[in-house]
Amino acid sequence: MHYTIDLSGESRSFPTGDPFLKSASSNADIAIYLGALFKPDDTKAAILIELGTECLGVHTGENAGEEGSNVLGFSRYRNGDDAPSSLIELVRQPATLASAIEAAQTMFESAGFEVALCSDQAGRIIDRLMRPKYNDALRFLDEGLATAKDMDLTCRMGLGYPDGPIERVERGGLGHHYDVTKSLFEIYGTSAYTPPRRAVVAKQRANLK
Amino acid sequence: MTEIRKVGICGAGGTMGAGIAIVAARAGFEVVSYDQRGEALARAVKQTDGFFAKSVERGKMTDGNREAVLTRMSSTTDLEALADCDLVIEAIFENLEVKQELFGNLNNICPEHTIFASNTSTLSITQIASGCGREDKVVGMHFCLPAQLMKLIEMSPGLNTSEEVFNLAWNWTEATGQIPVKTQDKPGFILNALLVPFNNDVIRAVEAGVAEPADIDKAIKVGLGYKMGPLELIDLIGLDTQIRLCESFYPVTHDPRASAPPLLRRKVAAGHLGRKSGRGFFTYDGNTMFGA
Ligand SMILES: NC(=O)c1ccc[n+]([C@@H]2O[C@H](COP(=O)([O-])OP(=O)(O)OC[C@H]3O[C@@H](n4cnc5c(N)ncnc54)[C@H](O)[C@@H]3O)[C@@H](O)[C@H]2O)c1
Repeated sequence: MHYTIDLSGESRSFPTGDPFLKSASSNADIAIYLGALFKPDDTKAAILIELGTECLGVHTGENAGEEGSNVLGFSRYRNGDDAPSSLIELVRQPATLASAIEAAQTMFESAGFEVALCSDQAGRIIDRLMRPKYNDALRFLDEGLATAKDMDLTCRMGLGYPDGPIERVERGGLGHHYDVTKSLFEIYGTSAYTPPRRAVVAKQRANLK
Repeated sequence: MTEIRKVGICGAGGTMGAGIAIVAARAGFEVVSYDQRGEALARAVKQTDGFFAKSVERGKMTDGNREAVLTRMSSTTDLEALADCDLVIEAIFENLEVKQELFGNLNNICPEHTIFASNTSTLSITQIASGCGREDKVVGMHFCLPAQLMKLIEMSPGLNTSEEVFNLAWNWTEATGQIPVKTQDKPGFILNALLVPFNNDVIRAVEAGVAEPADIDKAIKVGLGYKMGPLELIDLIGLDTQIRLCESFYPVTHDPRASAPPLLRRKVAAGHLGRKSGRGFFTYDGNTMFGA
């Protein structure tokens, strides 16, 4: 399936050199916006906007729960500066056209990605679910529950995870964790999303430099 | 304090107790398996025989070793039979009063040096030890399911546990080939403290219409490399068990994320208990899994 890319700056989903960028064609049925301002176009099978921490509604506008068109949001999951994964979180609105969802899904899957469809809520699936867990682990570390090494080992050995929460959030960058949790906290307002002390420290240190 | 040679397992007719008995016997310790239910114990003995027979079949142990291990194991419904154990590990029901009573009774039966260990998942080691008469000799020793295969043990000292006892118990877990990690005596230690609220968050995400269960599991598996999606895991743990975990946690921590989500209660009320009832967040037909 063909797609056109409108790129401005560096995309988190498809960094420079990513094969997905190279396979784009011009004036295709699916238009993908990576950082560039999107232009509505009803004639397209689907329009895809790469999202950061913001909701799709920021780009499309919302209409009392009846919003939706041929425009979808997406993000290729990436733990901070780790290499991007093969997961695409595809974001729909309540009235998004089924044909647009199908076109987007088919296009990503034929490019070798796996697609998880979700609604337009803060943090989509992964950040919504994982950031509170990283916050718990970072708080446990401060409180002396166990060492970082032992917490990570426990999750790897006891739950079969490929990595533990501390090593993962640190690898992704505590400053990045701060940015994500701050934006989630703005919407959810619960302590689960409060940027944890270690992330605040990392952010403040980065600002000192 | 003397060396640990003989180990008693309480609740050895249950899932965890039977596995822990295997771990101890396999490592060369004499093991007395105790349970109040004779039929559960008999079933566990049969399963243990089967387990070791398979180990021989797979070349993991010789037939001679198997026989030696089995001669080191005995089972009983009489608590007095634990009288000469150096270490007693309890894996009975997850109930504070029941565990306290057991340790109180054992205190009258066992010699002074005997260490008591609890496999509790959610209760406080300090509270379990409280009033038993040897608070300094009680440790948390939380094995993972299935204990005979999983190497990790979360080890926690209670507030009154002596360092010497903790170290002896720690060294014993290492002697069995397990891998201990040290945690404070806090609700859920590491594993359940992270897992119980996370699982509830996942259930709340389903309830909030964030995504279908299959999409949530796919995102976590593909994005994070987990072998099993969280909803698949909750179905395996049992939705009723997840409620019980919440009910142990929430009254202690008052963390709203530890309280049972309304969808979880509705599903349990509807009989959707997970894999064991054929339906939870997914539907199961034999071993096949379908989307929710
Ligand atoms: N199942 C798990 O995944 C898991 C994992 C780690 C720890 N644990 C902990 O292990 C303990 C046991 O859990 P389980 O899942 O094996 O339970 P289970 O119900 O399978 O087994 C409990 C056994 O204890 C026996 N029992 C109960 N009260 C007794 C008493 N007063 N004296 C003697 N025997 C008694 C029962 O007859 C039963 O055979 C609990 O504390 C639980 O929190 C469970």
